Amino acid sequence: MLARTADNLFWMARHIERAENTARVLDVAHRSALLPLDIEGTEAYLWYAPLNITGCAAGYEVKHGLARADTVTHYMALDPENPSSIYSCLKLARENARSVRGAITSEMWEVINATWLELNRMTWNMDNEKFPDFFDWVKDRSHLFRGVTLGTIHKDIALSFIKLGTFLERADNTARILDVKYHILLPSVNDVGGAADYYQWGSLLRSVSAFEAYRKIYRDVISPLRVAELLILRDDMPRSLHACMNEVEAALIDINGASGQEARRHAGEQHAALHFGRIEDVFAQGLHEYLTDFLSHIAVLGREIRDAYMSCRDHFEPLPVRRSPMLQMQ
Amino acid sequence: MNTEPSKTYFDEMRSADGLVREIYQPYAAWLSQLPEGTLERKSQEAELLFRRLGITFAVYGESAGSERLIPFDIVPRIFGATEWRRLEKGIKQRVRALNAFLHDIYHGQEIIKAGVISAHQVLDNVLYRKEMQGVDLPNQVYAHIAGIDLVRVAENDFYVLEDNLRTPSGVSYMLENRNTMMRLFPELFANHTVEPVEHYPQMLLDTLREAAPAHVSNPTIVVMTPGSYNSAYFEHAFLASQMGVELVEGQDLFVHQQKVYMYTTEGPQQVHVIYRRVDDDFLDPLAFRPDSALGVPGLLEAYCSGNVSLANGVGTGVADDKSTYLYVPEMIRFYLGETPLLSNVPTWRLSESEDLKYVLAHLPELVVKEVQGSGGYGMLVGPTSSKAEIEAYRQRILAEPENFIAQPTLALSTCPTMVEAGVAPRHVDLRPFVLSGKDIRLVPGGLTRVALREGSLVVNSSQGGGTKDTWVLED
Repeated sequence: MLARTADNLFWMARHIERAENTARVLDVAHRSALLPLDIEGTEAYLWYAPLNITGCAAGYEVKHGLARADTVTHYMALDPENPSSIYSCLKLARENARSVRGAITSEMWEVINATWLELNRMTWNMDNEKFPDFFDWVKDRSHLFRGVTLGTIHKDIALSFIKLGTFLERADNTARILDVKYHILLPSVNDVGGAADYYQWGSLLRSVSAFEAYRKIYRDVISPLRVAELLILRDDMPRSLHACMNEVEAALIDINGASGQEARRHAGEQHAALHFGRIEDVFAQGLHEYLTDFLSHIAVLGREIRDAYMSCRDHFEPLPVRRSPMLQMQ
Repeated sequence: MNTEPSKTYFDEMRSADGLVREIYQPYAAWLSQLPEGTLERKSQEAELLFRRLGITFAVYGESAGSERLIPFDIVPRIFGATEWRRLEKGIKQRVRALNAFLHDIYHGQEIIKAGVISAHQVLDNVLYRKEMQGVDLPNQVYAHIAGIDLVRVAENDFYVLEDNLRTPSGVSYMLENRNTMMRLFPELFANHTVEPVEHYPQMLLDTLREAAPAHVSNPTIVVMTPGSYNSAYFEHAFLASQMGVELVEGQDLFVHQQKVYMYTTEGPQQVHVIYRRVDDDFLDPLAFRPDSALGVPGLLEAYCSGNVSLANGVGTGVADDKSTYLYVPEMIRFYLGETPLLSNVPTWRLSESEDLKYVLAHLPELVVKEVQGSGGYGMLVGPTSSKAEIEAYRQRILAEPENFIAQPTLALSTCPTMVEAGVAPRHVDLRPFVLSGKDIRLVPGGLTRVALREGSLVVNSSQGGGTKDTWVLED
């Protein structure tokens, strides 16, 4: 596969996944805003969380200052100037897809293209009440895209690069969502949070579609330790770090290029740590420290993948281009 | 519904007495029993379909990346199989002669020695590539993909308007038009035996395989595009995916020891055939325009060494130049010893003082074109131009008369077409796509372009023209 094609497939998938995750984060923020605020709960406090999770707090502050429901939502959902807004992600995903139309199926292209066209039709008359529908729409489009991808694409390395993009992005997002809540954790991991925590953790679980699963698996009150276990170590949860790294490692093994050895080694190491890890050890290290560490590994892994497969120029020997003797004679 | 035939133009559907021509009768019968508003509804459906599929072209001069739909007309243009076979024969003859001409002018130059065409006309043409002299191409084919533009002025009277031998585009619309028609009107196809065109990509792939360097048995083929902002990007991507080959840009390729490679996830992979949709000038910054970022340094040398094939070959432009066009009938006689089956449009060369004098005196009646122009840009359509436009054009001609040719304004045939006011006759032309490998082949039909503005004779998509499906039916 062309290196540029791999790059575009990888980023197409990442951008779609990022759009979905941003929608999830904003959706939860909107729901949380409906709850009675506790002592800390000023509007600004509440609305910094989604900005922090998606890493766009700095850009937001420059433009809008204090966090407010309407401006944060608009900035993260629809602002073309915010490179990680849902709008920008869907636009970039379409551009990636357009560059590699030959490498994806026409159904995949149709979904991405139709998403972009619909977004442009609805964007300019959105008010606060419509946002929950909008977030559902973004999630639906992402589900649809994933379904169409799995249902139509030839299972070759194109799919592997799409999976790499999807699951690296998802792992990154789950880790960020968890990280933003780390400060709520009480000093002793066995302490159970109060009523406010219940809602906080509940909304966190909902944001990654894990609320029902939690109930089924633990049949018990929501405790931070179990939430963390569910989202970090359980590989039967589609958005857990472990599940994501399962997919990342498998995709790298499928690609199996000679230049990807380092990326495969690294992914395997991360995967093994999750596979054999214990939640007590995670907390012993400190959840925040653990997640920060994980995020930096994910970032390095992303770079290794890019170096191995997508910016091959650096790896080829520089080839001197000789002038044609024929042309020199003229 | 106004399907009255035009009195002054050949109407494809109805003869002058208003009767529906035989080949159109089943379609006309179907059309007449259609409930009111059906065509309008189907037309809107078609537009939605095209938009959703992203069948677009980028428009030059508008903001980067702006994309437009080429208007699609849902009334098909219909040919009978017998008349199509006749056309097909003429088209193949023409392309065979053009390839023979290209081989000759880069080798023995017999046609010049014989005095049929002047050395000046060929060798001093800016599109003539001296680099290609003595370079042998597989099967001696230069124009692997040709688009021959035809217009009809009467029942059995077709003219070749121009030969497009560089990077003719539009074939994706031909295929998508058919696709859309079959989706919108399955019952029409169930009741008509429309000859299929869907195998074009397979034929193109076969043609490109046959173009591979002789020593390569299983060639790696790619389509090379200038990038996603090129006006025909959709087509480049479409053809690559239909053929199952990589769509590459210049940045994806490099040359090492006169061989071409592409950067892949598994390292460099050698490329043997490049269906390039990049003009000669931009192919290789070392050989041609040094400022081109679209090309591949060293590509021309690799090409001339025979390690990679380009389709179309370098230097084909000299044969589709509008002043060389004049000589195609002569080429057919010279190389094939045959009588030309298709006519040229009578053409005045403004480099000749007699012709110039005549043309300057008759500008309001004529169509004047730049010799190297394309896409309908920079031409003067006398009968529909204002006095001021004509005067401005006159000044351009006087400054560089050899840059222009002139032709009479042809009475292009019309075809019933959906327009805002309903169905009305609009002028059409036809571009069949001709593939030259070991054999010359083409699918039945081609791309019909239609001038949507009433009275307009300019069908180019860049000038607001549309397209329609073209059927070849059993007689």
